[in-house]
Amino acid sequence: MSDVTVAEFSGWGRHPVVTGRRRRAENLARITDGAVLTRGLGRSYGDASLPPPGDHVVAVTTLADRVLAFDSDAGVVRAEAGLSLADLNRLFWPRGWRPPSSPGTQSVTLGGMVAADVHGKSHHSEGCFGEHVRSLRIRVADGRILDVSDDVEPELFRATLGGLGLTGHVLEVELRLRPAASPWIQAESERFGDLDSLIDALQGASAQWPYTVAWADLSSRGKSRGRGILERGRAADPSTAPVSPPVPKRTFSVPLVCPVLSGATVRSLNMVRYWGRSKITRGIVHPESFFYPLDVVGRFNRLYGRRGFTQYQAVLPPRSGRAGCVKVFDILERMRATPLLCVLKDFRAEGKGMISFPMKGLSMAIDLPIRDHTQSVVNALNDFVAGEGGRVYLAKDALTRAEHFRAMEPRLDDWLRVRRTWDPDLALKSALSVRLFGDPA
Amino acid sequence: MKVVFLGATQGMGRALARLMAERGDELFLLGRRLDTLEGQAADLRIRGASTEVGVAVCDLEHPDGFGAALDAATATLGRFDAVVVTAGLFGTQEALEQDADLRHRVLTVDFTNTIEFCEHARVRLLAMGGGVLCVFSSVAGDRARKPVILYGAAKAGLSYYLDGLDVTYRSRGLRTVAVKPGFVRTAMTEGLKEPPFAADPPAAAAATLKAIDGGRPVAYVPSIWRVVMLAVKCLPRWVRRRVDF
Ligand SMILES: Cc1cc2nc3c(=O)[nH]c(=O)nc-3n(C[C@H](O)[C@H](O)[C@H](O)COP(=O)(O)OP(=O)(O)OC[C@H]3O[C@@H](n4cnc5c(N)ncnc54)[C@H](O)[C@@H]3O)c2cc1C
Ligand SMILES: NC(=O)c1ccc[n+]([C@@H]2O[C@H](COP(=O)([O-])OP(=O)(O)OC[C@H]3O[C@@H](n4cnc5c(N)ncnc54)[C@H](OP(=O)(O)O)[C@@H]3O)[C@@H](O)[C@H]2O)c1
Repeated sequence: MSDVTVAEFSGWGRHPVVTGRRRRAENLARITDGAVLTRGLGRSYGDASLPPPGDHVVAVTTLADRVLAFDSDAGVVRAEAGLSLADLNRLFWPRGWRPPSSPGTQSVTLGGMVAADVHGKSHHSEGCFGEHVRSLRIRVADGRILDVSDDVEPELFRATLGGLGLTGHVLEVELRLRPAASPWIQAESERFGDLDSLIDALQGASAQWPYTVAWADLSSRGKSRGRGILERGRAADPSTAPVSPPVPKRTFSVPLVCPVLSGATVRSLNMVRYWGRSKITRGIVHPESFFYPLDVVGRFNRLYGRRGFTQYQAVLPPRSGRAGCVKVFDILERMRATPLLCVLKDFRAEGKGMISFPMKGLSMAIDLPIRDHTQSVVNALNDFVAGEGGRVYLAKDALTRAEHFRAMEPRLDDWLRVRRTWDPDLALKSALSVRLFGDPA
Repeated sequence: MKVVFLGATQGMGRALARLMAERGDELFLLGRRLDTLEGQAADLRIRGASTEVGVAVCDLEHPDGFGAALDAATATLGRFDAVVVTAGLFGTQEALEQDADLRHRVLTVDFTNTIEFCEHARVRLLAMGGGVLCVFSSVAGDRARKPVILYGAAKAGLSYYLDGLDVTYRSRGLRTVAVKPGFVRTAMTEGLKEPPFAADPPAAAAATLKAIDGGRPVAYVPSIWRVVMLAVKCLPRWVRRRVDF
């Protein structure tokens, strides 16, 4: 009986695709033995969760999803790395706990959230996911299994938060949850007619609202380019929220790959999204609708067609600010890049992950369908972002070049040093580490 | 419901045990290793099982322990309502043809010893006035197909036995549920090529729980496999000789 399957790996963007061998089972200590990389639900967009080309084994964690301990006084949960956020929410929302940080989809694993040190609508109030991780059990390259935390091997701990699986296989995660008065969300969304007022409102909302995000319409032109909608929310007051816990929502799945999302359809979707509601709406909403609106359509990545897509997510420091944002939009417009979705987020200062993406400033995430010239678009954007002192998010990236990443990351050498200390032979690697850190494939 | 569960540590068994725990059933776990049993018990407890989840070692390769394991369950649960067996072994046709030792283990575990375990369970359930005996067989036992003839032979024998239990003992309160999964993505099927209608463990578990609650004697999970197997059973021999599935 063979327990490895030859498989094609790709991320959420469905570009690139790499063939390798997959090992998936309940026993993480076993399946990570000899694997070059560990992968969760494959919701990173580019090549972070892909093996280098060749005959490499990737451990897939999705069957390793036991909740091992829960301290109901402190709200500390210990679970295996393959536990999904959807499962975590479903189990703990009804008990009055919420994850302090969560990305825009629930279809991610704890291991994936650690390895990308994800941020969410709460970044300005709670920081990254890693800030709330108490300890990790990891398997390092020489095969040893270690418990690491702020107190034990703190450097390895900090290098693993955001380390994209390259410093060790995460087997177990101990996470501090936050008490929530109610899992339901008191939400407001407000429309703004231009980018300036949208960004003002986004930054202004940070002080009062623990959850904020803005969606900008890049398909309109001229003064209204960048108009958009600000979403803000907080835990609902239990006296006004439904008493029953939220029931997981029904979803439907895109059955096949079909290129529905292109310039014209996106323009109309953006129009509908922008005009399809009143200036301000307020109400108590389901936490899934608020945090994970895109999850309603399963496998929506198929709508971008055969060639797939990438997401360009960059953060610009405050001194670059909105002028920088306008510049990014100019580059996209000039190069006819047909951006499909643009999400803005206000970040607070960087946390303890040694190479984690977020830092103080304005983050923008832009979906780009893969076209012949997408590589040059990303190059042009990276030239600009590197010059401004900004950086890109590797969990979304497939096209950034090594020189650009190095120029953006003064922290890189320090992190590479820690990685080398624990893995001198580079036994752990990914398609991304070959592309960006020059690992031999 | 009070349930004795053999095989909750992985795959469909784990998913089914979780559904039971989440609705507040009381569970007692049997399996071959104490550490995995205890880890699984913790998971089920946190997910909502109504009491502590007891565990005892029971290895399908060691039938001498079956009686004691079920006694341990009785000592903790008292009277129980159901016994579920999801534990099983698999080997590809190629591996089973080449490796006599593995062949012997698979045939013994999936046929002889599973039936032996069920006999212990049957006697106890009947003595308690009845209950559910839910056992995982396979669509592989419905019709011989090239990739699964040895494994399928063991499951065919098991299905035959379960069918017999149903016709013999239902009137005395023993409700036998023979579960026949199609292709489910678990560690057992890792390494195999995925056919159409492949399902994930939670979906298979939900369908199984419905069959248990409804006392259905045979459950295909997912249910589309009933139709698929009907079609397969209609294939003439000359076609079966030619096709490779
Ligand atoms: C619709 C959508 C919205 C998103 N929104 C956000 C957002 O708002 N904020 C944000 O930060 N991210 C966001 N993401 C990205 C996503 O949260 C991250 O890419 C996350 O890492 C995905 O988790 P996963 O389990 O799918 O991991 P994978 O994609 O499978 O892996 C991601 C990385 O983690 C590593 N990894 C996974 N498991 C382990 C492990 N057990 N041990 C070691 N390394 C491991 C992989 O090697 C890889 O480098 C979004 C993604 C989608 C599809
Ligand atoms: N997956 C499919 O597509 C499929 C299709 C048809 C039928 N089935 C049948 O469905 C059942 C469940 O399958 P699955 O895919 O969920 O399997 P799985 O993930 O491989 O889990 C098998 C379970 O059986 C237990 N087990 C194995 N050998 C044992 C032994 N000697 N003593 C006690 N327990 C033992 C394992 O316990 P440990 O944790 O100790 O290993 C594990 O809990 C099996 O009977 C299988 O034959 C599966």
